[in-house]
Amino acid sequence: MHELSLSGAIVKTVEKHAEGRRVTVVRLRVGSLRQVVPDTLAFSFQFVARGTVCEGARLEQELVRASLRCNDCAHEWTIEIPAFRCPACGTSDVAVASGDELLVESIEVEEAECIAPR
Amino acid sequence: MHRTKVKIVEEALDANNTIARANRDDFDRAGVTVVNFMSAPGAGKTSLLERVVGSLPGVRVGVLEGDVQGSLDADRLASLHVPVTQLNTDPGFGGECHLDANMVRSALGDLPLGEIDLLVIENVGNLVCPAEFRVGEDCRVMVSSVTEGEDKPLKYPLMFRTCDLVLVNKVDLLPHLDYDLDKFLSNLDQVHPDVERMLVSARTGEGIDAWRAWLTSVAAREGALA
Repeated sequence: MHELSLSGAIVKTVEKHAEGRRVTVVRLRVGSLRQVVPDTLAFSFQFVARGTVCEGARLEQELVRASLRCNDCAHEWTIEIPAFRCPACGTSDVAVASGDELLVESIEVEEAECIAPR
Repeated sequence: MHRTKVKIVEEALDANNTIARANRDDFDRAGVTVVNFMSAPGAGKTSLLERVVGSLPGVRVGVLEGDVQGSLDADRLASLHVPVTQLNTDPGFGGECHLDANMVRSALGDLPLGEIDLLVIENVGNLVCPAEFRVGEDCRVMVSSVTEGEDKPLKYPLMFRTCDLVLVNKVDLLPHLDYDLDKFLSNLDQVHPDVERMLVSARTGEGIDAWRAWLTSVAAREGALA
């Protein structure tokens, strides 16, 4: 259900960089800790994009696996389930190295051949 | 017409986080500590606030009440003679299922920041979206009631992972439920090891003194920092 709110945030981010140009592709890196359902995000994005520069744009999602780093013993590992204790030394002082991102990486926009000076 | 690639590399929630930081700066300048108070619908947020807002020693508290519609919760709290500001996510926001930084910003002018030390923002009941959107809070408190089941930390890890205190509410019902409290606490420890937790009952008053003391100390600590 949060895919709808996240789609709104994605469209706003893209709008800022598109500067009015029509967007054809939006490339996204999605961390697994964000619990995004890719199909649901694609569907809600399509919906939220209506009437914006993103209307009709293709959303390409690259899933990033979650990895953690221990702040005490520097152990690094990947997780499949949400478990935030270091398996090597047992501390709870761990940092998320990847998997938390919802990153708009790049977009493709349509540009007129001849751009009038701005 | 040709196509150009534009590199962006920006967190989709950056825009919200920027506004959240602006809110936080305004709260800091006013010397107000802000708690983002979250839970599923019906977990007991308003009841747990009713228990304490009128009796925080030396702390002037205000409440920002977030709901999709209506002012039922705000009316309950206003009867305790604390300043309550209603923020509905329905008009103008399309019935959002959470508060975001911009909505809270729009309510700043209605908040009596000069007259309070602690602002509790009661978020819309929901374990998913509110966890994603910072609103400018100093800390996050969530309520998980025992009637919701012990698996919730595993199902909503972002919410449980990003809060500073978990209130386990409705513990007076434990004798009547199959709920396994130890299992819940072990699930909680898996998702957020060592997070502070309190067993409370808004109905019987169990654990309420500890909850009141926590809020009081947070207001004092953040106030001293400001």
